[in-house]
Amino acid sequence: MPTPNRSSKSSPFLRDDSQCRFETLIDICGVDYPGRARRFDVVYHLLSMRENRRLRIKVKVEEGGTVPSVVDVYPAANWNEREAFDMFGILFSGHPDLRRILTDYGFEGHPLRKDFPLSGHVQCRYDEEQRRVVYEPVSLTQEFRNFDNLSPWEGAKYVLEQDAEGEGQ
Amino acid sequence: MAELEVETEGRNFTINFGPQHPAAHGVLRLVVELDGEVVERVDPHIGLLHRGTEKLIEYKTYLQAMPYFDRLDYVAPMNQEHAFCLAIEKLTGVEVPRRAQFIRVLYCEIGRLLSHLLNVTTQAMDVGALTPPLWGFEEREKLMVFYERASGSRMHAAYFRPGGVHQDLPPELLEDIGEFCETFPKVLDDIEGLLTDNRIFKQRNADIGVVSQQDALEWGFSGVMVRGSGMAWDLRRAQPYEVYSELDFDIAVGKHGDCYDRYLVRMAEMRESVKIMRQCLDKMPKGPVMETGGKVAPPKRAEMKQSMEALIHHFKLYTEGFHVPEGEVYCAVEAPKGEFGVYLVSDGTNKPYRCKIKAPGYMHLQAMDFLNKGHMLADIAAIIGSLDVVFGEIDR
Repeated sequence: MPTPNRSSKSSPFLRDDSQCRFETLIDICGVDYPGRARRFDVVYHLLSMRENRRLRIKVKVEEGGTVPSVVDVYPAANWNEREAFDMFGILFSGHPDLRRILTDYGFEGHPLRKDFPLSGHVQCRYDEEQRRVVYEPVSLTQEFRNFDNLSPWEGAKYVLEQDAEGEGQ
Repeated sequence: MAELEVETEGRNFTINFGPQHPAAHGVLRLVVELDGEVVERVDPHIGLLHRGTEKLIEYKTYLQAMPYFDRLDYVAPMNQEHAFCLAIEKLTGVEVPRRAQFIRVLYCEIGRLLSHLLNVTTQAMDVGALTPPLWGFEEREKLMVFYERASGSRMHAAYFRPGGVHQDLPPELLEDIGEFCETFPKVLDDIEGLLTDNRIFKQRNADIGVVSQQDALEWGFSGVMVRGSGMAWDLRRAQPYEVYSELDFDIAVGKHGDCYDRYLVRMAEMRESVKIMRQCLDKMPKGPVMETGGKVAPPKRAEMKQSMEALIHHFKLYTEGFHVPEGEVYCAVEAPKGEFGVYLVSDGTNKPYRCKIKAPGYMHLQAMDFLNKGHMLADIAAIIGSLDVVFGEIDR
């Protein structure tokens, strides 16, 4: 698993070498491991139609670190890198146009990070008085329920909220 | 049709195509820079249908995450489920019974027909023909009834499950599908009679949106987009899954890589699909349709009335869900639109740690700028149509 610094410029070796011929870029995606020092994995999937082989490459990168862009080797990487930036905040150096892609215009945060809540931070609605769409902080009528079904037999290890209150009384 | 936004110096202007446009096949916003009527630059803005599927999947058990795949490419739902099931099966090492494999292939090909029928006929509508969609949708309706009779739902089937399929097919349904396979080629002939030699259709599609083999590789194309350019690449043949290796079918390839060739390839593929469906019906063995080891499949109803263990097992499967061993896998299927893949990372619990969905349309739409440069404004509609984009899978 290489670190991004070792190969500061993307190389067309995997694409052009006669033994490899990985000419099709299938996918680039991020994976978030918050507990690690180098938090993100950038996972590349390549395909060689000639050799009928697939290849997976992983690059580890820390939060705020950059990965060299492969757009000049695989033009198809453009949107995939934009997506990884949008979803995880991974920066790609040398990318021609590193904008957000899937999220809303003016969106803040990186939704696929593990510390981003499922319900998000803002919600929008059409305001009748102002006659426009307004954004406001998420308000849930019922508390977000994340069921812990991992092992219903042994019971949960954490203290339930009402139990904690009961002890205080 | 489009709203005039900014007028810059000379004859260059920028217009907004979409976000709601009948020829955009969904919610796509294109910012188009025009020199007169010639397209200079296209900047697709996507994500208007972004629902955070990948995030949601991380919060659901594997079985609960299944139905999200129907909602990606919603014109061929079961093909998507298939990729996810294959990924889970690869990680858990579950064997799918033979009958279930045939049923899966049968329904994948129905999905292919659904998708190609929609695409071919609506693309024809984009370039001015009205009859093909009417005829095509009549057939789609019949196919959706087959979906409904198998799963109870016309579109969002949730029929493929890890380990097999949810229910067995009744013999009458198989008979009716067999009957459909007899009558359907006639409809294909009719649609082809309307389009293939139609002068207007040819003028609007031939030499439009040409993709060379090199372009197809560079832009990461798959499916019809590479076959239309003359490369006989089909995952059903190159990296066979289920029982495709036992079935006899041809791979249709085009010559020029233009919109017209892609239309021809899709028409030929539909005929091959019918051929595959017939073989599935002939070869389909009797037997279980779900894995019987009890790893991922619930026990039988009758068993649950008798055995306490079966009841507990059922309860555990539907509350806690099954655990998938730690590991990661990439599984791809030849969906109607191209290579649809699922990259699944499991941390050994009952929920996926990360599930990346590789949608073929994402790569295809990305090439819009390259495909449209130098074409006329009206060709944008023809090219989007022949890319076969569905925003459910692109925006995820």
